[in-house]
Amino acid sequence: MKLFKFLISLAITVSLLYLLNNQVNVGGTALPPLGKLLDPFHGFWQNAQNDSLPYYANIQLEGLKGEVKVHYDEFGIPHIFAENNHDLYMAQGYIVAQHRLWQMEFQTHAAAGRVAEIVGDGALNFDRGQRRKGMVFGAERTYELMKADKETFEYIEAYANGVNQYINSLSYKDLPVEYKLLDYRPEEWTSFKSALILEYMIDALTGYDEDFESSNALQMFGKETFDLLFPESLLDTDPVTPTDSANQWAFEPLEIDTPKLDLPTDLVQNVLPKPDPDNGSNNWAVAGSKTKSGKPILANDTHLGLNLPSLWILLQLHSPDVNVMGFTFTGAAGITIGFNENAAWGFTNAPRDHKDWYKIEFQDESRSKYKYKDQWQPTTVKIEEIKVKGQDVFYDTVIYTHHGPVVYDKSFGDDDGYKNFALRWIGHDPSRVQTALLHLNRVSTHEDYVKAIEYWDAPPQNIVFATTHGDIALRVQGNYVAKWKDQGKFLMDGNNPLHEWQTLVPKAQNAFQLNPERGFVSSANQHPVDSLYPYWTYSPTYETYRNRIINRMLSAADDVTPQDMMTMQQNGYGILPEEILPLMLDSLIANELTDKGKAIVDSLKSWDYHYTVGSKTATYFQVWWSRLYRSIWDEFRIEDVALEEPSYFTTIHLMKNYPTLEFYDIDSTDQKETLKLLINESFNHTIDFLELWKEERNRDFTWGNYKATYVRHLADLGGSLAGFSSYNIQVQGEANTINSTKRNHGPSQRLVVEMTSPPQAWGIYPGGQSGNPGSPLYDNMIELWRTGAYHKLLFMLNKEESQNKIIFTQTFESK
Amino acid sequence: MKFLFKIICIALLGYLVQLFLPFWSLALVAFLVNIIIKTKGFAAFAAGFISGILLWSAKAYLIDMNTNSILTEKMAKIFSLSSPMLILVTGLVAALVTAFASLTGHQFNTLFERKRSDVYR
Repeated sequence: MKLFKFLISLAITVSLLYLLNNQVNVGGTALPPLGKLLDPFHGFWQNAQNDSLPYYANIQLEGLKGEVKVHYDEFGIPHIFAENNHDLYMAQGYIVAQHRLWQMEFQTHAAAGRVAEIVGDGALNFDRGQRRKGMVFGAERTYELMKADKETFEYIEAYANGVNQYINSLSYKDLPVEYKLLDYRPEEWTSFKSALILEYMIDALTGYDEDFESSNALQMFGKETFDLLFPESLLDTDPVTPTDSANQWAFEPLEIDTPKLDLPTDLVQNVLPKPDPDNGSNNWAVAGSKTKSGKPILANDTHLGLNLPSLWILLQLHSPDVNVMGFTFTGAAGITIGFNENAAWGFTNAPRDHKDWYKIEFQDESRSKYKYKDQWQPTTVKIEEIKVKGQDVFYDTVIYTHHGPVVYDKSFGDDDGYKNFALRWIGHDPSRVQTALLHLNRVSTHEDYVKAIEYWDAPPQNIVFATTHGDIALRVQGNYVAKWKDQGKFLMDGNNPLHEWQTLVPKAQNAFQLNPERGFVSSANQHPVDSLYPYWTYSPTYETYRNRIINRMLSAADDVTPQDMMTMQQNGYGILPEEILPLMLDSLIANELTDKGKAIVDSLKSWDYHYTVGSKTATYFQVWWSRLYRSIWDEFRIEDVALEEPSYFTTIHLMKNYPTLEFYDIDSTDQKETLKLLINESFNHTIDFLELWKEERNRDFTWGNYKATYVRHLADLGGSLAGFSSYNIQVQGEANTINSTKRNHGPSQRLVVEMTSPPQAWGIYPGGQSGNPGSPLYDNMIELWRTGAYHKLLFMLNKEESQNKIIFTQTFESK
Repeated sequence: MKFLFKIICIALLGYLVQLFLPFWSLALVAFLVNIIIKTKGFAAFAAGFISGILLWSAKAYLIDMNTNSILTEKMAKIFSLSSPMLILVTGLVAALVTAFASLTGHQFNTLFERKRSDVYR
């Protein structure tokens, strides 16, 4: 009996320990290992910090050639001083890992389609999509070029070495808290992951296309209607590089063979999730002739998903041949957006249709051959092994043609054995952007800049540039396919070789501006050029509002100061309401309005089109507009066909110029709706909707409340890690204003640099230097970012200066 | 007295051992302390429970105080608890471990006690 009692309590104790030491599935949700996690000696409690820089002061690194000093300023920005480049990038790897290890690994896992092995089968479809569209395929090709470049490879290897020495120094207690919550450990970092992080950005910036939606729309509505609803360009566009006396495209464009168009006619229902089409940015540089100091000023803010830990980290890197400071990605060597002693640079996405789809005809069910040039060509097969936490490995078969991977087939997308679509994407081509960045970090003149960005392949960007000597420049740079008109706009024929990408536009023929007469260069993801440019430059996502307000303001500006540029980056003025609200108000039938309606109309009439935090008028307009827009394009929301609605810009163009379009009629009703009726109905709905909104939430629908911007932790899926995210951030602006903040998207960093000698710079981002939710520096900059404040960046010319501004120093020595 | 002494022993040794070993070392400590310091079964269980909750809750509370609850609040949100409750739950986890390990230690002792009493009675 006593033995039995002993065995029982022993069994209870042992199983208790087992349960507390392992992840447990309770009703479908995986509970973290509670014992390990809650243990105040090793678990998450150990991640709580009162010190913002809880790092070791003296560190020994194997393979270091000299001494490295890392000075931290009051904002927690590391200034890394090394005696040679190898040590510089090794220290960068170590320092970035020290701040952001979990994030840098998670992002490369996401790029490689390896999230399910961390979070379970909820991410399986995401992983399949990543694998099938060829993320690793592309990263591997980029990595081959990285390896071929001796210098680049040495630096990313040193970087990887630094990351690994940090990883190897960690015991369970020191692991970032996310590892403890999700119960796994960091794996070895490799230099290949620097290619994966680049692929992650290529996907975010070139991964958007509407080819299937356009194909569907073309077949459903016919060519005439399609062209009316989806014009490639309208009047009022303000291209990045307008044709003028300096830009006359005095080159011989390449010849491209144009086929007789005969496109596949499939209607497609299920397409992969896409990156946010608003992934974009603002950048500009103002010439000294327009600034108070007589020196150029450069500004850049990049609009991406708002996440914690932030995509960006602020660093200064110093070695005998480089002194550079700015924002960079976790996982890439060098600085991405920033400045050195002589020059500054920044980016906006330069979209075009970088992603095309080919219908593939297989010879038989074995799919071992496909038709190309009317002959059967062999396919190759890649079996993707996707590990799923707590489950069996999932094997996904992906067929590759010479076009690229057959993403959609009998087991993916519409799961239709006749809908085999291969992807040709710029992300499949090798990109030398890591090399370009390392060169950019070291440029001083316009010539250097042109040479450095010769390596800039993908993602194509509008690269703005300014020097202390007074030059300003902007180049639309990257690999662009020279296409025949309409090539790749729709689903194409994988059999026809003329449908393939034939050649790239030579980089020398990419559009650029150097010291233009107007005294500034600017870009905001709009059309790169006007129709006089000799190549066809289609994209479904060209920006149509921010660029015009930027150019309007810069044209009028004089005696510009850095402060003016910071104020401009916060600007929440909307050209969209300026251009459509008068028409909407005009169409309201006055004698049918309630008193409340009349009061709202009055407030809308006197609105200054600024999306300020406290404005209820802005909310009225935005809700009214989006309901009106949805009711106009009800024809586009059908279940079994994927469609994209015409853009806001085109919709407004149509409302003004085509007042009797058949689309104004709502299909599901018997009556014949007119635009005027839709405007009136959506206005009344808006009033009811917002009253209900207020009642349900017990909060007023000010613009700040209604938009309710939040910064989401990377692993916070549907609020699972809500504690690590930051919600209801009251910030002005709207997607189409310069301060382009949406609900979970917006300026992911802001930088202003004045090109004095040395340059002075101000920067901010909605996050913090530390990736640790238990650190005071985890999200400390969000409030500053929200209010439009900046850190004046400490740009040190040598490691001895400004010691009074240094609050902590790490010294690295060779082991 | 013995009861109090046992609580202190488990908590103190548990503290020291945890500086080097993972959380399950607490179970070993409680088990061994109960083999050495003998009490009745319920007392063993209660002493284990109290020492566990004291040790972990106190440690968690100190960390919480020392770090201005910076992480406590975030983690509490994830578990849908208040911060004080999270500190308590932390202690309860340890309490369960030390309570059952103590009981196991006590039961282990009884295996031999019975033999002994058979011989001398």
